[in-house]
Amino acid sequence: MTAELIRTDDYLEVRDLRVSFGDFVAVDGVALTLLQGQVHFLVGPNGAGKTTVIDALTGLARGQGVATFDGEDLLGRSSHAIARLGVGRTFQTATVFNDLTVLQNLDIAGLRHRRRRSLWRARHGIPDAVAEAAEAVGLSHLLDRPAGVLSHGQKQWLEIGMLLVQDARVLLLDEPVAGMSAQERDATGELLHRIGRERTIVVVEHDMEFVRRYADVVTVLHAGRVLASGSMEQIRANPEVQRVYLGDHAEGVSNA
Amino acid sequence: MTSPRTSFAEPTRFAKAGPWIGLAVLAVALLVIAPLALSPFRLGLLAKYLCYAIAAVGIGLAWGRGGMLVLGQGMYFGLGGYAMAMHLKLADAGPNGIPDFMLLYADGQMPLWWEPFRSPLVTLAAIVLVPGLLATILGLAIFKRRIKGAYFAILSQALTAAFALLLIGQVKTTGGYNGLNNFRGFFGYSLYDPANKKMLYLIAAGVLLLSLALVAHLQRSRFGELLIATRDAEERVRFLGQDPAFPKLLAYVVAAVLAAVGGALYVPIVGIISPDDVGVVASIGLIAGVALGGRASLFGPALGAIAVGYAESTLSERFAGSWTYFQGALFIVVLLLLPGGLSSVLAKAREAAGGRRLRRVHAEAGEVAAV
Repeated sequence: MTAELIRTDDYLEVRDLRVSFGDFVAVDGVALTLLQGQVHFLVGPNGAGKTTVIDALTGLARGQGVATFDGEDLLGRSSHAIARLGVGRTFQTATVFNDLTVLQNLDIAGLRHRRRRSLWRARHGIPDAVAEAAEAVGLSHLLDRPAGVLSHGQKQWLEIGMLLVQDARVLLLDEPVAGMSAQERDATGELLHRIGRERTIVVVEHDMEFVRRYADVVTVLHAGRVLASGSMEQIRANPEVQRVYLGDHAEGVSNA
Repeated sequence: MTSPRTSFAEPTRFAKAGPWIGLAVLAVALLVIAPLALSPFRLGLLAKYLCYAIAAVGIGLAWGRGGMLVLGQGMYFGLGGYAMAMHLKLADAGPNGIPDFMLLYADGQMPLWWEPFRSPLVTLAAIVLVPGLLATILGLAIFKRRIKGAYFAILSQALTAAFALLLIGQVKTTGGYNGLNNFRGFFGYSLYDPANKKMLYLIAAGVLLLSLALVAHLQRSRFGELLIATRDAEERVRFLGQDPAFPKLLAYVVAAVLAAVGGALYVPIVGIISPDDVGVVASIGLIAGVALGGRASLFGPALGAIAVGYAESTLSERFAGSWTYFQGALFIVVLLLLPGGLSSVLAKAREAAGGRRLRRVHAEAGEVAAV
């Protein structure tokens, strides 16, 4: 097996994914092929099952069907086992370790790549991977600040930075730009494209303007099913999407 | 605009040396000043509080840093204590002898599981290994099943209550309600000799300092950061590829072993171990001291345990029956009004002083600019 051969498996394949809570079917046979080097967006009205798809792929919700990454089945594994395979995620409300500094937050994300021994020692200096990630997400100047005092946008960036230190090859981001200023949104969009070259990035998003500007591939979910998938132009031209989703869009925004 | 950075950089430099300076000060106070300043009787009492403090250091790690409300540390304190007491009884009885209380309560037949405790080495190993192993097994069952919060606290308290009941029920092998007492020697040294009592005090002080050094190191290490992360956002830790059961288990086992070592030293120092010393009330006594001192700080739990031990001796002399109410009230009041304990008051005062210094610097800078 050469490195190139392994690389061909380096995509996330989801087939016939079903998630149900009691009688309610939240995700009903979703199929996705998520390639490396592209920024994918999952869009759809509230309750379409976007976050549930991510939950199922990261062990938070029990899913049925097939979801493979790098030849490994993700469904049925525990969250930490999935993270160790290189599939990382963020949450709608940024979840960072508030009592730890930005440096400690980033550093802790790299635990699984370090020797066991290093766990029993204090950290000396700033590890290279941490410095690079802090630089990439623009938090280098805030390393010694407790994460709890960061702004909402900075916390989202910190979470993305943690995924970089963790060396996640698939990044599942749940509404990363919600609540961000226009400037922060642009910075985030560009960041996603920069780090997306060698990774698989999936973004759940409501903000259609953000999707239009930064999506390589868009998948529209509706009532737990895939309605359409393709470039933003293809999606916009799709009559079914116009009927079901874009028609409701104004309402969706006012609800949000 | 450089001031915010310096205000963050300064405490970290202090924080690096802080624990070791504190340890040195405490070492001088415990090893030099206390033996000179206190009467043998008072020194003996302090030695007893130091045993509580050793257990408290472990509780600080598990509860303060790990977020596990260990309400039943009396069980581990008791395991260490009874292991030591069994050995002392057997040593007092001489080779092939049988502990005196067994002749009194039973037919003079010693159960087989007492036999290994004739050996001092086996006893010392058992003091560490039995609680360590039990904590590992219980911890795995608890943390892998994701039992936490109040459920964990109730479970740990129920275990210690059951343990105390078990001890009371097995009169023939554990001494029942009276426990084990009347020890004459400690590894060949007479317990009636004041010089040996002072030695026991110094051993307890040394063990406490070593426990503090161990926990200080764990707190500073990456493990300490992982433990705090687990305390504050356990589910988030999973998505870093870490099973949060591991840091919790380790902190829990360290706390169990420290409690057992404290219990083992308690036996020769106090001269008795009974179900009262290991039950629910004793466990709450331990944790009340930790809460008072400040559970997340390094020195708070130990100093708080010493203070509560002192208060217990003093107040229970005067108000015999009401100490347990006072102790329970203290635990609740501290948790409600001062969750960070007394050490958080100190930290706030230090911050306020730092803020004043910063303002003064700014004021001076302002004057310079005005000139």
